[in-house]
Amino acid sequence: MADLGRICLLLALVVCAYGIFAAVYGVRTGRVEFSESARRAVYALAIILTTAFAVLEIAFLRNDFAFNTVADTSSRTTPTFYRAAAVWSSQEGSLLLWAWLLSLWSSLALFLVRRRMRDIAAYATAVLLGFAAFFISLMIFYATPFATTSPAPAEGVGLDPLLRFPTMMIHPPMLYSGYTLCTIPLAFAVGALATRRVDADWIKAIRRFAFAAWLFLGVGILLGARWSYSELGWGGYWGWDAVENASLMPWLTGTAFLHSLMIQEKRGMLKVWNVSLVLATGTLAVMGTFLVRSGILNSIHAFGGATLGVPFVVLIGILIAGSIYLVVSRRDVLRSEHRLDSLLSRESLFLANNVVLVALCFVIFWGTYFPLISEALTGTEASVGPPWFDRYTVPLALILVLLSGIGPVIAWRRATLANARRNFLAPLLGALATLVVLVAAGVTERPFALAMFCCAGFVFASVAQEFVRGTRARRAIAGEPPPLALLALVRRNRRRYGGYVVHVGIAVLFVGVAASSSFQHAVEQRIAVGGSTRVGSYTIRYVRPTATITPKEDRAHTGSTLALGAVLDVSKGKRHVATLRPSEGFYDSGEPAQGSVGHLIGGQAVSHISMSAGLTRDVWTAIAPDISTPALQRIVTIGNRTLSAEEAPIAIGVLAREYLKHPPAAEFHFIVSPLVMWIWIGGLIVFGGGLIAIWPAPSTVRRRVALRSRSAHGLARA
Amino acid sequence: MRLVVALSAAVLLASALIYTSFSAASPALSPSQLLRQAQPGRSYQLTGKVVAGSVRHEGDGLDFSVADRVGGTAIPVSYSGTVPDPFREGREVIVTVEKQGGRFVGERNSLITKCPSKYKTAPAGEKQNY
Repeated sequence: MADLGRICLLLALVVCAYGIFAAVYGVRTGRVEFSESARRAVYALAIILTTAFAVLEIAFLRNDFAFNTVADTSSRTTPTFYRAAAVWSSQEGSLLLWAWLLSLWSSLALFLVRRRMRDIAAYATAVLLGFAAFFISLMIFYATPFATTSPAPAEGVGLDPLLRFPTMMIHPPMLYSGYTLCTIPLAFAVGALATRRVDADWIKAIRRFAFAAWLFLGVGILLGARWSYSELGWGGYWGWDAVENASLMPWLTGTAFLHSLMIQEKRGMLKVWNVSLVLATGTLAVMGTFLVRSGILNSIHAFGGATLGVPFVVLIGILIAGSIYLVVSRRDVLRSEHRLDSLLSRESLFLANNVVLVALCFVIFWGTYFPLISEALTGTEASVGPPWFDRYTVPLALILVLLSGIGPVIAWRRATLANARRNFLAPLLGALATLVVLVAAGVTERPFALAMFCCAGFVFASVAQEFVRGTRARRAIAGEPPPLALLALVRRNRRRYGGYVVHVGIAVLFVGVAASSSFQHAVEQRIAVGGSTRVGSYTIRYVRPTATITPKEDRAHTGSTLALGAVLDVSKGKRHVATLRPSEGFYDSGEPAQGSVGHLIGGQAVSHISMSAGLTRDVWTAIAPDISTPALQRIVTIGNRTLSAEEAPIAIGVLAREYLKHPPAAEFHFIVSPLVMWIWIGGLIVFGGGLIAIWPAPSTVRRRVALRSRSAHGLARA
Repeated sequence: MRLVVALSAAVLLASALIYTSFSAASPALSPSQLLRQAQPGRSYQLTGKVVAGSVRHEGDGLDFSVADRVGGTAIPVSYSGTVPDPFREGREVIVTVEKQGGRFVGERNSLITKCPSKYKTAPAGEKQNY
């Protein structure tokens, strides 16, 4: 089987090489059949890589430990669900996932434009195949997923317990889909620049892909945050970690592009800016992959012993140099067709939003790469922490949310006093009402949070106003009842109203972020059974200890040998709120040196947090049980001396009983944070809005819209 | 005119970034470098391996020693706050520390562990890669 995989990779590289040649040759000589053949090479690549991926996936499911990557990241005790996801937990496997997703998305993109934009598509084909060739070469020469060992080990190391969390199944594929989708607009931008056809056509072709990239990346980031919040025992959802930042940067420039492309479509402006954003987004996506793969920056995500730094630096260098060359050499065709009419117009507001987003991206870039920058300049590696990031990102985020409320209601070209009064009254009242209510409720000690809530009020009111007006207008024209009119309104202007829904979602999300970060109560304390502590307005009492022994055969569990925990009673005043059961799982280390009993619990320890989540607040709890007491350690030591490997689980049972009988005080971590739930709800709203916007319009509607926009274009030119 | 405004705003932001990042940053040092360079009152990012047998729970805190990746220099650190799950003896950690008197005190909740060694490829010789 491994041979089939290796052959697939070699074949894939050959197909890439042929495709690149055919695409470039075809477009240079005008021989269409070669460009066509290059496109088919992409389809072929998708089939080959699907086969390769299937080979690896099957190896994981069949516990084929002859594959090194299977032996390193999976085991018989790893539950099936996580075995299937373990494919992308290793360096090699995630490279394969990258290349595979790239081939699928490229095929789809090129299939959709198969009858249009031949020349642009040919260059895009070459670029996309170039990326594929790069990743396939890495897998052939640096980190092959199909390396094998003979004879095969009897058992694998197992999937890292920290990764045994349901979103592990979708977080990496989502993020990688986002990253790979970012390269499609980049490829078409290169095509447009190379052929000097930089009008709105190529933008229309990739618009949906840019949106999909943005959506996938956003969902991936949010799932990562969710994982961090409910699996990593620190209770935060964002830590300005290098890899988190790496995924956020292309998302920010992608957001900027999705806004500024509308200006190019409508007014033929900002061409240089748009191609630059697209090229930057693609490059940042590759840099994001590079950060994880190279281990160049310290991060909880960095893979130890990663060696892919040099090839990635070369690729990024080519991308940056190529982008600059293309934009500079084509600047004559990139001139704007119009000038900005007024500083008070939707165009200039979009520009402002772009500037803020790019500034945000730049701040994060600087902070993320600061260790490298400072090492280059001063010789010592130094890094900046979350407070540094917050200092810049908080005000920028405030401006951004405010702009997302102003954008929908300000007029194109030039806003006059009259239409400003008409459009801004309701949103301003919304913001004002929020302010009055919150000040009356006594929420004044955190000015930034207060400002964020008011901005959100502004956004909600402005979007609501747009929906109400639109619905009313449709009722006036078509005479439909309100719900039907609303539905028809959204269906006919998916992009616009989907976008507004996204704005609401983002505002909701930021309300959650502002509230949970500003009004959080956290307590870390050592508590004995029966003891209690106050966290905010809640009292948490340690009722009794728990111990669960997970038999090795039990596949439904995530596979820890022993889980020690606590039953906690959460109350507010006299009222019982919830009973929580946090625990910590102790995993087998597989190290014989730790002794027959010791190794069973000597591996990773993973927190299983327990929380009572609600619309108004989350009560989050984690426990770190103390197993280093002399009584417990004695059991392990005696067990190591007297018990064989088969008998060792008996000692774990004794240990668990002893822990329950004489529980030592345990270290607890409690967090009460308000409105966290709204971060995830906001994310869902964004996702819903994104789906509305991206959903293909019925073909008749599309044709009509195309006709209208063409005639509008003609009028604008005339 | 607009270009001038935009450019000066960009320059302003950039210089603020440069200034604040250099003043707020804490240099990353290995234990032996730290022993040589540490000044009281500044914070440093100490990176190295947790010395086997050095981890001790003291009340709410945690004491451990961090050693150079290669070589023997080790520094004892007293730390308090969240301990990441993968924290183990022998594992590589990064912790922000400050010199207080003769000892190094870890900043609360600043302890990071590098990814578990499971991600590392097995030592050469054990497996034949081809």
